[in-house]
Amino acid sequence: MKELVLRPLEQPACGLSAESISCDVFAGKSVEEIEALEVYSGNRRRRLGDFFSVSGEAGDTPGETRIVIEGDVPRTKWIGRGMSAGEILVKGSTGMYTGAWMRGGRILVQGSVDSFAGMMMSGGELEVQGDAGDYLGCAYRGEWRGMRGGSILVHGNAGTEAGHCLSGGRVTVMGRAESFAGVRMRSGLLVLGSAESRVGAQMTGGSIVVLSRTEMLPSFELVDRVSSPEIEGVSFEGVFEVYAGDLAERNPKGRVYLKVE
Amino acid sequence: MKLVLKNGYVYDPANGVNGEKMDIFIENGKIVEEVSGAKEIDCSGMLVMPGGVEIHSHIAGGKVNTARLMRPEDHLRNVAPRTSVTRSVCGYSTPSTFLTGYAYSKMGYTTAFTAALPPLMARHTHEELHDIPMLDKGALTVMGNNWLIMHYLSEGRIEHACAYAAWLLRATKGYAIKAVNPGGSEAWGWGRDVRSLDDRVPHFDITPREIIRGLMEINERLSLPHSVHLHPNNLGRVGNFTTTLETLELTRDVKPSRERQVLQLTHAQFHSYGGDSWRNFSSEAESIAKAVNSSDRLVLDMGQVVFGDTTTMTADGPMEYYLSSLTGLKWANKDIELETAPGVTPFVYSEKSPVSGVQWAIGLELALLVESPEKVMLTTDHPNGAPFFTYPKIVAWLMSAKSREEVLERLHRAAQKNTVLGSIDREYGWSEICWVTRTAQARSLGLESKGHLGVGADADVAVYRIDPESTDPARDYEAVERAFSATALTVKGGEVVVRDGEVVKVVSGRTLYVDAGVGEELEREVLKDVDYYFKRFYTVNLANYPVQEVYLTSPEAVKVDSGVR
Amino acid sequence: MRVTHRDVVCSFCGTLCDDIEVDVEDGRIAEVRHACRIGTTKFLSASRHEHRLLKPMVRENGRLKEVSLEEAVERAAEILAGAQRPLLYGWSSTSCEAQSVGIELAEVLGGVIDNTSTVCHGPSTIAVHEAGFISCTLGEVKNRADLVIYWGANPMHAHPRHLSRYSIYPRGYFRERGHQDRTLVVVDVRRTDTARLAQKFVRVQPGRDYELISALRAVVNGRKLPMDEVAGVSREDIEELAEMMKSCSFGVLFFGMGLTQSPGRHRNIDNAICLVRDLNTYTKFVIMPMRGHYNVVGFSEVLSWQAGFPFAVDFSKGYAWYNPGETTANDVLQRGECDAMLVVASDPVSNFPKPSVENMLKMPIVAIDVHPTPTTMVADVVIPAAIAGIEVEGTAYRMDVVPLRLRKVVEPPEGVLSDVEVLQRILERVKEIKG
Ligand code: SF4
Ligand SMILES: [Zn+2]
Repeated sequence: MKELVLRPLEQPACGLSAESISCDVFAGKSVEEIEALEVYSGNRRRRLGDFFSVSGEAGDTPGETRIVIEGDVPRTKWIGRGMSAGEILVKGSTGMYTGAWMRGGRILVQGSVDSFAGMMMSGGELEVQGDAGDYLGCAYRGEWRGMRGGSILVHGNAGTEAGHCLSGGRVTVMGRAESFAGVRMRSGLLVLGSAESRVGAQMTGGSIVVLSRTEMLPSFELVDRVSSPEIEGVSFEGVFEVYAGDLAERNPKGRVYLKVE
Repeated sequence: MKLVLKNGYVYDPANGVNGEKMDIFIENGKIVEEVSGAKEIDCSGMLVMPGGVEIHSHIAGGKVNTARLMRPEDHLRNVAPRTSVTRSVCGYSTPSTFLTGYAYSKMGYTTAFTAALPPLMARHTHEELHDIPMLDKGALTVMGNNWLIMHYLSEGRIEHACAYAAWLLRATKGYAIKAVNPGGSEAWGWGRDVRSLDDRVPHFDITPREIIRGLMEINERLSLPHSVHLHPNNLGRVGNFTTTLETLELTRDVKPSRERQVLQLTHAQFHSYGGDSWRNFSSEAESIAKAVNSSDRLVLDMGQVVFGDTTTMTADGPMEYYLSSLTGLKWANKDIELETAPGVTPFVYSEKSPVSGVQWAIGLELALLVESPEKVMLTTDHPNGAPFFTYPKIVAWLMSAKSREEVLERLHRAAQKNTVLGSIDREYGWSEICWVTRTAQARSLGLESKGHLGVGADADVAVYRIDPESTDPARDYEAVERAFSATALTVKGGEVVVRDGEVVKVVSGRTLYVDAGVGEELEREVLKDVDYYFKRFYTVNLANYPVQEVYLTSPEAVKVDSGVR
Repeated sequence: MRVTHRDVVCSFCGTLCDDIEVDVEDGRIAEVRHACRIGTTKFLSASRHEHRLLKPMVRENGRLKEVSLEEAVERAAEILAGAQRPLLYGWSSTSCEAQSVGIELAEVLGGVIDNTSTVCHGPSTIAVHEAGFISCTLGEVKNRADLVIYWGANPMHAHPRHLSRYSIYPRGYFRERGHQDRTLVVVDVRRTDTARLAQKFVRVQPGRDYELISALRAVVNGRKLPMDEVAGVSREDIEELAEMMKSCSFGVLFFGMGLTQSPGRHRNIDNAICLVRDLNTYTKFVIMPMRGHYNVVGFSEVLSWQAGFPFAVDFSKGYAWYNPGETTANDVLQRGECDAMLVVASDPVSNFPKPSVENMLKMPIVAIDVHPTPTTMVADVVIPAAIAGIEVEGTAYRMDVVPLRLRKVVEPPEGVLSDVEVLQRILERVKEIKG
């Protein structure tokens, strides 16, 4: 695997839209070509090289390419958009839409990610050592077929609506998720260290595991109590209350597991 | 403005021209006998046809925009930035107005009628039509569930109904009478539907049969350019072909007032279903085609299905509810006081689904089993069967049995078992394609200067980059699809607006509407009733209802003196 | 001489009453009939020029100074064309024609365009993306409704003629006895004036609407609630309300900012739309937002047909991109992304949260408005506009998306153009600058 290093220079206040930071785009390109890639700072079309010093070497294919971002880029959006293979390591925090539409490969963010990380993801891995903003692993507006595959792991906390319309794959938030985690979820697995209110709202399928107690919506029904269950192919330790829901929906097949012991 | 299109292979079947190499002369927006000193464009080796005419497509108005508003996910498709000529665009099944104009124009279309205009929302429809560039436009005014129409008809006051319909066309700047699930959309005001021609409309002393017959009578007494444009009852229901056949029967005792049909069966595919459950869902295209073949008073448009993700939208509220309850997908409903009840829901036609497969076959069967191409119009009921972007594919299917076979093989077994498409070897020629994409539409609509290239016709011309002499469309169907996707040249009103598939000039087109005169005294009497309805039941004042001409781009009233007194 | 204009549309609130009579004497509005108190005030104050902006102004050395229209347009165009991420905000209290020019301006500039729905019914629109929208025009309510629910809305104050024109009091085709044929239910956190008229008032705990809707849905769908109380409402009350909803013949749920701006926001509306969908299994039921500004709906409509999205559109790459949470005015402002603002017919300095306003104060602002406001006071360019619906014609969409033609009853103050013309001039100039 070849490594390409991006060292952030001054970052524009109006944000940077950098869809081109992806192993699929970098693969097979020289440093000069990568510096010349298009990014948008507001309405200005600029070069990637205007905002990053580029060094190293890209692989011939996405799978052979590893991108390292040396530092914080909290206003850089769209890192790894639609990526199919390869690796991105960010030694800091990133802006919105990190790993959106990602299909394969791996992104590791050592800091935090802003909202909409992993939106519409269908494969690959996104790992965040800090926190995530709102709409982690969500669907795009209006789309009912949300994240379909791959996995997201957040070590810290997440904002509202984590796993919105989740339709496959796995999202894990080791810390606390704000309200409406797993809203309108259809299938897949959402694991939360703890959850604020309204977990699983309007879910019709899939499983949510919360590793601590939380208030359930009135439209969920306690149906079982299990110990050390296997849920969507993953084993969990402890005793769980099992809730069925969201019974506000027609024929709901969703399950929420609350760890009680 | 003068122009000569030189040496193309011209197809103009209305004037008996079938692939002759000839020049088309254009001056002041019209086709002329001859011009001198004009700019010449070489069209040799290319196919030349009149500009395409769209007769039934949901491109503007309340429910189209509700669909846009409901489906941001649809607008991530077909995205393109502003250029020096065009506005930014987006959307697939619910494209933006600008994209609608550009995309039709790129396919060689120069005229388009939006399929349903609810009178109270007419201003909205015209605001959107205003923002659809490149095309001459018109709208079909829905009347099949209109309270005053139903009252007049149930009381047998046919002249009053005529005068009211004429007033409504003028007030809404509409072009023709459209009916959608007659009686059913009113029943939907109570969450109900009508399921047969003889069901009574709740609280109105009338049946769908009486409404349909009444509207045809109104239409012919007014002698309107187009016939009644009917979306019959029971759209999309298993076994609905019997309702459709009964409906077509009703044309027997209606005399046409002009040389055209008395009824357009629109999106016929959705009305040609056999079987008694979704499990034995089958095609009844043969029965419907037979009825059309044996009558000179009927035409149909296909309502073809193409596989993929689309949005359904009709003024058939109960149908959209029913469909959304099958899929569980989001659903919009928009009942309109005293008039109609549009609904919207997304739909995915899947090659793996037995039902979708049969639906796909039915549309093509209809087009291939109706003998005369003069009675068939290519539509997808955009975007109900598919977005209009798919027309080139359908052209290719009509021209090539092999291309149909290839699809059929991929589909669920039911598509072969429950249809006869596989056994039809008819393949359309270029003239037939010309009929079903423009000439038949222009005839049906009574647009005398469209759909052909005779002297005096509008200088709306499409030039496709395909050589009809050397191309065998049955084999080279992919080349056909490519050619029909992007013209070499689209000429609108005598100006080149598209060149090599790119919009080079934006024009705004005219808006056509019908102004049918009736006797003054009769009109006064009817206006009294209208006034009463507005005072009592509408929530806008009568004075604020009619659409002002400022909303129309180059308004053009088609005047008809009906003789109704 | 007195001239009476009839069938005038009141361009104040989303009720968009179109039965107003206005008497004009010597070019000034002398009397207004049929309008409510708020509407009447709007008409009458139009003619009192001391409350109007009358001259274009440009800030120089910290002071707003009167200039010619050409100078103001020039300065406005320079500011906007020079910006990397201009925000074009407002639009809800002007005509569709102005909105249309604004959208093209945003496209040419590569800016972000958003309207006030971002602080009122934006959540309703986001909910529509997910749940759909089961609605009707107001005449359907008038003619058919026998159950009318206002949830988190107080029309007695915000839409004074809503009850009398459309929902409760009018006699309809199937409701000949007017309010006697209808039941009014109000759900709110406190007993509002509207609630005092209601046959049934349901007091919901603040911020707990979502739970109440979920409970109602579960009951409507045949479940038994396992608890005695949800969101401060007893199980009996919930069951009674559910039964009322299922057994009416035409029900309507009007909702207001009590539902869109309380915790849950678009999720409350999503759930409420789903409740209405559930109810359609049993009867006829519809839902409608109580839109505030008179043409807030028009903006969503025009933007949707022109650019594909209903608000918060970002044209920075030349095409439309939409995602509330990123492209919404307050998000762009609070992240400090934008570097210039055009404000049309709106007063964000008074209405926006403090962090947004603080950032606004750091950037050049161009304001086009009818009256002086705190926003025009901090702006760098101020251009007066005529009042749509009083001094110029145009189009507006009622809360139920019925389009109406605004009328002109008096001339605008001398030298004052419509915002449509002002915007067109700015657009022309921006096009020249951008080449
Ligand atoms: S209710 Fe609204 S629109 Fe009607 S008069 Fe009052 S302010 Fe004007
Ligand atoms: Zn249709």
